[in-house]
Amino acid sequence: MAIGLNEFLVVSAILFALGIFAIVTRKNAIMVLMGLELILNSANLNFVAFACFGGMNIEGHIAALFVMILAAAEAAVALAIVLNIYQNYKHVNVDEVDSLKD
Amino acid sequence: MGLESIVFYLFAVIVVASALVVVLSKKIMYAAFSLLFTLFGIAGMYAMLMADFIAVAQIMIYVGGILVLIVFGVMLTTKITGVDVKTGPTGKLNYIAGGLLAVMVAGSLAWLYTSNSWISAPVNETNTSINAVGNLLLTEYLLAFEVGSVLLLIALIGAALIARRK
Repeated sequence: MAIGLNEFLVVSAILFALGIFAIVTRKNAIMVLMGLELILNSANLNFVAFACFGGMNIEGHIAALFVMILAAAEAAVALAIVLNIYQNYKHVNVDEVDSLKD
Repeated sequence: MGLESIVFYLFAVIVVASALVVVLSKKIMYAAFSLLFTLFGIAGMYAMLMADFIAVAQIMIYVGGILVLIVFGVMLTTKITGVDVKTGPTGKLNYIAGGLLAVMVAGSLAWLYTSNSWISAPVNETNTSINAVGNLLLTEYLLAFEVGSVLLLIALIGAALIARRK
């Protein structure tokens, strides 16, 4: 059996579900970020798989590249915010951070 | 079963197993290091899909950039010597509901994908995609490319400003 489009799509579906699970169940903000990275990676895998099996359409690669750029910017800003939360609360549990100013 | 299938299933097992460790491990540092294997496995899948530039970019940006940032975040926000390195779920009910949601999402997405008969063009083997990617980036997507670079600059300055000690 040759490897077709469906196999890659199933792997990306599993990755997406695991990312959702991490975001929903974890309370550490950095674990939530890791779940977000899993979701972005699954979307990228879809882009590249469709690009390959759609007749080597390079625009899928471009979309994946821009997703990576946004992921880098997002990770930098989110970790800065997490560090700020840690300075104020001494923990980074997202379910206990509930005041806008101290 | 050809060589291609063996390589694909190897990468698939690596990706899914290490993503499971990321999601389920109690210690956040193990999760961060397990994310490394997930990202490398996905880079291998990109290479299988003949996206060589994306594979290298995945390794350089995700493994070399974002993962290092995440590990720094872990080390700066948890007490390594104390017991605080663990990250717990928010509760048993939340765990069950999240697991149910994840299974439903994975099942419905996989069903949607596989029940469709995709019309796929024949895969034409190319040596490298770098030429095509570079051409498109500097002609059709030039504006998005430049806006992306400005966005990265703004995010860098903003992150430094936010994380600064008062």
